[in-house]
Amino acid sequence: MNKVIRGKVHKFGRDIDTDVIIPARYLTTFDPLELGRHCFADLDESFATRVSEGDIIVAGENFGCGSSREHAPIAIKGAGISAVVAESFARIFLRNSINIGLTVVEAPGITNFVEDGDEIEIDLENGKIRNLTRDREMNFQPLPSFLKQIIDAGGLIEFAKERLKTR
Amino acid sequence: MGMTLAQAILSKKVGRPVSEGEIVLVDLDFMMGQDGTSPLAIKVFKEMGGKKVFDPSKIALVIDHSSPSPNHGVSQLHDMMRKFARETGVILYDIGDGVCHQLLPEMGHVVPGDVVIGADSHTCTYGALGAFATGVGSTDLAAAMISGKTWFKVPETIKIILNGNLPKGVFSKDIFLEIARRLTADGATYKALEYHGSTISELSMDARFTIANMAIEVGAKVGLFLPDDVSISYARSHSKRNFVPVFPDKDAVYENEVEIDVNKLTPLVAAPHTVDNVKPLEELEGTPIQQAFIGTCTNGRLEDLEIAARILAGKKINPDTRLIIAPASKKVLKEAVKSGIFEVLLDAGAVFVTPGCGACVGTHNGVPADGENVISTANRNFKGRMGNPNAFIYLASPATVAASALEGKIADPRKYIS
Repeated sequence: MNKVIRGKVHKFGRDIDTDVIIPARYLTTFDPLELGRHCFADLDESFATRVSEGDIIVAGENFGCGSSREHAPIAIKGAGISAVVAESFARIFLRNSINIGLTVVEAPGITNFVEDGDEIEIDLENGKIRNLTRDREMNFQPLPSFLKQIIDAGGLIEFAKERLKTR
Repeated sequence: MGMTLAQAILSKKVGRPVSEGEIVLVDLDFMMGQDGTSPLAIKVFKEMGGKKVFDPSKIALVIDHSSPSPNHGVSQLHDMMRKFARETGVILYDIGDGVCHQLLPEMGHVVPGDVVIGADSHTCTYGALGAFATGVGSTDLAAAMISGKTWFKVPETIKIILNGNLPKGVFSKDIFLEIARRLTADGATYKALEYHGSTISELSMDARFTIANMAIEVGAKVGLFLPDDVSISYARSHSKRNFVPVFPDKDAVYENEVEIDVNKLTPLVAAPHTVDNVKPLEELEGTPIQQAFIGTCTNGRLEDLEIAARILAGKKINPDTRLIIAPASKKVLKEAVKSGIFEVLLDAGAVFVTPGCGACVGTHNGVPADGENVISTANRNFKGRMGNPNAFIYLASPATVAASALEGKIADPRKYIS
């Protein structure tokens, strides 16, 4: 997997809920690309068209609060986002993201460290984020390795399959 | 060092004392998915190679979020759920049976001391019965349907002490809105809430479900009530299962304590667009209301409809306001019909929709227009929640919603309660 992720930042505020990430009226499909087209539809209609493959979401506290819909991390991934970096995550969203293989990074201080449109680089192995636009660096606590392995595999399904193969 | 209720329940399941922060693998007593989350769980179940579920009598799929189906896409997903239920033998609650979080306790699937997961964030509702119950996503549900187990990090606990009696016009919903105001939307993330205090003995089971239901709105994993005569007799009269209630130790250690003097509470309202944006009703009184909604897993129970009926009896709602009611289950609807509450509400101008979640979650059954204000008994007022990002949702008790429907603007229910 990509031990280093590089991309342009789309910056959001705090308490971004899963209803805003993907409204319930779009939960008629599991197709990541289709869900991705409606990602953040109620907050910013142009979001899906502005994202380039590999871009990064940066957000404040409590990202992904609210409904348990797993379609939320799937929509973010389907929109082409490579990682979400937040001050903190809501519990169910964090677990769902790991299960579907979306890279999530909890990095207290991130919202003061980057601005919308900045180019950043996340070193997942060493717990470092570099702001390439502003030439500065910050640290974060990487996820425990077994959770990283699930994300690396592409989610819990792939992880379980790989484990079965090596048995 | 004594154990909290969350710790005590998980320790009993695991068969040894567990510590906070520890990750434990637990056998589940029951699990559930609804029509927003189950189809994805079924797809993942198949991709994982699942053929049989671990125990069909411990799994329920509930069609409640879009019930009956409002469009072709959802109809296909419902079809997928019905086929899966036929293939695997899991319990299916179909259109009109009710909201998952009313059905599971009402049908006796959850009893005190249980560990339950549901692919719906408000699964924490069963904490009212002293069950460790929490929301998960579709992949976790799929894995659990195969193995009968899931993993949890044992949470730390915030003790919430409720003392005093509910003043006139103040209800369990107002108690939780006060908790949301104090803890904020992420004040209990990853943690358990545990309720203590003298107020609890006067709270009915319906009132407790309201409070436990909203634990997730402050980020909590579970919101637990200690089993007592009220909850134990509810469980015994609704379930055939045998159970031994679990209690915390007297010397349990809590991460934090929040004490609320219930005597001093007044009606509260959560203003758009976050649940912790809580204000005294007086600050919002007079805000014009185009739609009022009574229902949901928070406040769609018989007691909630009764409270509304007491305020609306013999009166007519404001002609510029719509009042939509979705009873939490078919049983609640039948009891409302039998007791005359249904007719009182109809005569006052209310419209009844199928027991289910539609209006709250914005799939159908009451999507507001641009610029409209809605007052609702639901648990969430997020932007777009009811299906239109250009509408404004206020959350309140059934009494405040009924009084507001009557006046066509946010109104004080205390005027209408003798």
